[in-house]
Amino acid sequence: MIGKTAPESVPTGTAPVPRRQGASPPPGASRRTARPVGVKRSSRLVLNGVLALTALYFLLPVWWLLVSSTKTNSGLFGSNGFWFAGLHLVENVKDVFSFGGGLYGRWILNSAIYSGLSGIGATVLGSACGYALAKFEFRGRGVVFGFIMSGVLVPSSLLTVPLYLMFSKIHLVDTYWAVIIPSVVSPFAVYLSRVYAQDAIPDTVLEAARIDGAGELRIFTKIVVPMMRPALVTVFLFSFVAAWNNFFLALVMLSNQKLYPITLGLYQWFTQKDQTTYNVVITGSLLSVLPLVIAFLALGRFWRAGLSAGSVKG
Amino acid sequence: MSALTRRTTGPERAPRRTAVKRQRGVVALFVGPFLALFLLVFAAPIVYSAIQSLYAERASGPLGLGGITSRFVGFANFSTVLHSGDYWHGMARVFLFGIVQVPFMLCAALALALALDSIAARGVAAFRTVFFLPYAIPGVVAALLWSYLYLPQISPYTKLLGVIGLHPDLLGPGLVLWSIANITTWTYTGYNMLIILSSLKTIPQELFEAARIDGASEWQIAWRIKVPAVRRALVLAGVLSIIGTLQLFTEPTVLQGISFGVSSTYTPTMYAFTAAFSNSDSGVASAGSIVVALLAGVLSVVYYRFTMRKADA
Repeated sequence: MIGKTAPESVPTGTAPVPRRQGASPPPGASRRTARPVGVKRSSRLVLNGVLALTALYFLLPVWWLLVSSTKTNSGLFGSNGFWFAGLHLVENVKDVFSFGGGLYGRWILNSAIYSGLSGIGATVLGSACGYALAKFEFRGRGVVFGFIMSGVLVPSSLLTVPLYLMFSKIHLVDTYWAVIIPSVVSPFAVYLSRVYAQDAIPDTVLEAARIDGAGELRIFTKIVVPMMRPALVTVFLFSFVAAWNNFFLALVMLSNQKLYPITLGLYQWFTQKDQTTYNVVITGSLLSVLPLVIAFLALGRFWRAGLSAGSVKG
Repeated sequence: MSALTRRTTGPERAPRRTAVKRQRGVVALFVGPFLALFLLVFAAPIVYSAIQSLYAERASGPLGLGGITSRFVGFANFSTVLHSGDYWHGMARVFLFGIVQVPFMLCAALALALALDSIAARGVAAFRTVFFLPYAIPGVVAALLWSYLYLPQISPYTKLLGVIGLHPDLLGPGLVLWSIANITTWTYTGYNMLIILSSLKTIPQELFEAARIDGASEWQIAWRIKVPAVRRALVLAGVLSIIGTLQLFTEPTVLQGISFGVSSTYTPTMYAFTAAFSNSDSGVASAGSIVVALLAGVLSVVYYRFTMRKADA
């Protein structure tokens, strides 16, 4: 079915489409010979072949972006999309930063501010709440948790437009806060912190600290936070990326170009429909993705930690 | 901290009463800030839009400069929405998208997860990273990227298709929905695969060994043990995908920039956005959003019930 929807239909089996591929797919077919358990060599070859083709489907657009950001605008139209045609990356990067009055740098900075503050805010608020829900017994605990969790199922588009109307009444629209405040409220952060605190923080430790006369705030910052660190990193990462990726919220809340995050800025350049600036949009897209891809590659295990928490107990 | 933990092993346990006494304030301190913002950002907009949906706002005076007057209209906004051809077309599109793209993506994610989890796959870590990579790319950028890859003038894909004699109009009204489906599939398959994969990792290995000793093939193990074990993860991924599909906005909005096949009311969320910002009709926008939200809730419950019951039978 993917052949129908994807223009790059995955070639099956016998007739591979000749195609340049710079980013070679991860080692696919069996290098070492059979393991003790009985899996036929042929089926292993087929399996790894299919995986390699799937990897191509995921990688080629990224590769195209990489290659295209080194081309001049006319080069984009005249050359093989999957291979280089002259190296103009430096010129393109300069163009990106000077285009439209040099807003690009500002947008990147805005995105960093939005994502950084959202990530920190979501982590602090979510971990404190999740920890309290896990470790304190109080009336209505289950109700509060269920209430917060129902937030996961609410379509965000339902919230954003009325939020805009509310914020415009209190003059928050078109400010940094309009984007940051909604982004620090993450039910997922509460959920993950609660699950993690339940498992990782023994009651005995907390009780001992109380006997020693430590205040609750001190217990939280000195004992709980260090013990929850892996969960906190995961929460920060997810909140940061969610804020970096956010488009709808910014589109609704912001009209001042100087406050745009990078996603909204690139979208605006794109909608100018100017065929002579494709190279600017393409190179700008690549640059905007780099910090995320690096963070994602470096912190892979925290991603998986967050996802497995979602799958096992969700 | 070791000093602290040592104390608890002693005979007398902590006097609970002290903890209970200061608990209220503590709970308020820890839960309060989140809950307050949650009410502001989640609960208040829902209530607000429910109220808004019952009112019609009208700009008065010349050029609408006389301020906005609000009038109670009951369910008239809902009636407007539900009688709108644009709204239903958008809804139909999103449904068609959902019944094709969501099952396809989940099956692909399940297949990839099972493949990576099988003992026959090599380079698992590298594949896992590559499949998940698109998720690290913001939705807008993914949509921009694919927009260029759909443009016949510069797309290497359309050139390749041309070589074998195919000239599909990927941005035309007929195909653009599936071009959008390809973008979401590209972005989210790896994410869903990772959810399923981490659920697979929780199955005790002894189960597989026992099955192998009993002569089960790897296929049988995958189908009889692994798939039932990741049912919950699949249901969760399905529910979230349904909600995501109903809210489809970013990808069609970006493609609108280069495709005549995408109107400003192409999906229900775009309809609400257009109503709110192009037509300044917050009543209709709210009504449209509420219908989407209610549908999302109903569909999620139905899907959950259906998949869970089928699995139990």
